[in-house]
Amino acid sequence: MGSEVNTMTEYESTQTLDVKGENCPMPVVKTKQRVDELAADDVLEVLATDPGSVSDIAGWADSTPGVELAGQEESGDVYAHYVRKTE
Amino acid sequence: MSTDSSTSTTDTASETDVAALESRIDELESELAELQGADDGQPKMSLIATKGTLDMAYPPLILASTAAAFGYEVTVFHTFWGLDILHEERSKELKLSSVGNPNLPVPNAVGALPGMDRVTTRMMERKIADNDTATVEELIGTALDMGVEFQACQMTIDLLGYDESDFYDGVTTGVGAATAIQDMADADVQLLV
Repeated sequence: MGSEVNTMTEYESTQTLDVKGENCPMPVVKTKQRVDELAADDVLEVLATDPGSVSDIAGWADSTPGVELAGQEESGDVYAHYVRKTE
Repeated sequence: MSTDSSTSTTDTASETDVAALESRIDELESELAELQGADDGQPKMSLIATKGTLDMAYPPLILASTAAAFGYEVTVFHTFWGLDILHEERSKELKLSSVGNPNLPVPNAVGALPGMDRVTTRMMERKIADNDTATVEELIGTALDMGVEFQACQMTIDLLGYDESDFYDGVTTGVGAATAIQDMADADVQLLV
C-alpha cells in the first residue's frame, strides 16, 4: 500500500499512454511515437495488458538512445511502464 | 669525417620519413572523417518479404515497425507474393493455406476440399480480432508513419500483372534487386522472410 503511493510520486509522469488490450508490436511502437513528442526529462506512463510488454518495453528502452526505463509495475492485469526521455 | 657524413645522411632520411608519415596521417584522418560523416550512427535493417499468406505477412511488418521504434532506418523489399502485403486490395484478402500446414487442426485431405482456405482464413481472422492483434493494414499504416520504406519489386509487379497504383500510398516502386543488395550491404540486420 505504502509502496504504491511512493512509486506514484517517484516517476511524476508527464503523460499517460493507454495501450490496454493492444498486442505486440503496438505497445512498443506507440510508446516510441509518444516519446518522440515529449521534452527531455519528461516521463511517459504506459499502461498495457500485454504481458510481453514487460520484456519488450524494457528491451526497447535499453537499446534505444535518448530513453531510459524509470520503472515497471504490475497491478492486476495492468502493467505500468515508466519511460523517461533523457535527451 | 665519415661519421659526420653518415649522421647527416641519416638525418635527411628521417626527415623525409617524418614528412611522409605526417602526410599519410593527414590523408588517413581525412578519410576517417569522411567515413564517420557517411555513417550517421543510425542502425539499418533490410528485410526481404517474399510470402503473401496471412500468417507470413506479419513477421516482416512487426519486425519493421518495431525496428523503426528502436531507431533503425528500415527498408522492406517486397517481391513475388510478398507484393500482396503492399497491394491495397489484396492485402485485405490475404489467405491462410489449409494445405501443407501441419499446425492447423485440418488434415491435408480435408484441407484440399474446395472452400477450406476460406474456412481456415476466417478462423485466423477471428483469432486476430479476438486477440486484438493489429491487422495487416494497421501495421502498414503504422510502419509508414514511422518512416519504414516499403519497396515493391518492379520485375514482379510486371510479372504478376499489377499496376503501380495498386499499392498503398507511400510505397516505393521502380526498384529492383540491385536496390535490395545495396540496402542489405549497408544494413546491420538483413532478413529474408
